Amino acid sequence: MSELFFDESIILLDVDGSTKEDVLTVMGNNLVEKGLVQESFIPAIVAREAEFATGLPTAGVSVAIPHTDVEHVKRKTISVAILKNEVEFGVMGDETETTPVKIVFMLAMDEAHSQLTLLQKLMQVFQNEETLKYLVSEKNKSSIKNLLEAKLDFVALEGGE
Amino acid sequence: MKKKQVLVACGAGIATSTVVNGAIEEMAKEHDLKLDLVQIKIAEVGGYVDSADLLVTTAMTKKEFPFPVINARSFLTGIGTEDTKKQILEELKK
Repeated sequence: MSELFFDESIILLDVDGSTKEDVLTVMGNNLVEKGLVQESFIPAIVAREAEFATGLPTAGVSVAIPHTDVEHVKRKTISVAILKNEVEFGVMGDETETTPVKIVFMLAMDEAHSQLTLLQKLMQVFQNEETLKYLVSEKNKSSIKNLLEAKLDFVALEGGE
Repeated sequence: MKKKQVLVACGAGIATSTVVNGAIEEMAKEHDLKLDLVQIKIAEVGGYVDSADLLVTTAMTKKEFPFPVINARSFLTGIGTEDTKKQILEELKK
């Protein structure tokens, strides 16, 4: 399993899309350019989102965690996009509801059934209204990166699992 | 008593099911329940219709199964977690 890649270049601010497909394509293209995922990752993640929605209404700001199969991923990473305007995503596990998403965490996972600690920490971020509100208002990528590194405890992860 | 087989499923079988799986493992430890936890993609559930006792999933499915289905989105959002845990425990103690 590869080490998790995370830096400012996969944190996107003010992403301007009117549909979830726009947003997924912008984020996916960036990951393709960085050599982190295969080109097939983009159609795969768009199709997976249509079939299994990943929008999550949380205490403060709605988030989405689009992801798809491991074979499209070259290196494990989490790309973060703060959207200029909220975009409707389907609600996970609910075929009729949508939720206005403001932050997208695109997961590129390279292995099934692992990364429990990382995902649990990510879910803790979703459960922290203050952190989500900070992410939405912060305009400095380094500050966002530092905050998420601390919250997701990347250093501990690299040594463990 | 026979170990109950609990399916934990999400769309891709890699992300949210991992979190739900972890939460149920913890619950099982806490309540001293012996479980056979199987983490799969929702599309694979059909292969377990004869053996499973419960399906816990973040990807709801229209298909009818012979076992109860519990939605576990609350483990991801933190909203309503206690209710979901109670529902799961009730099924496991049957």
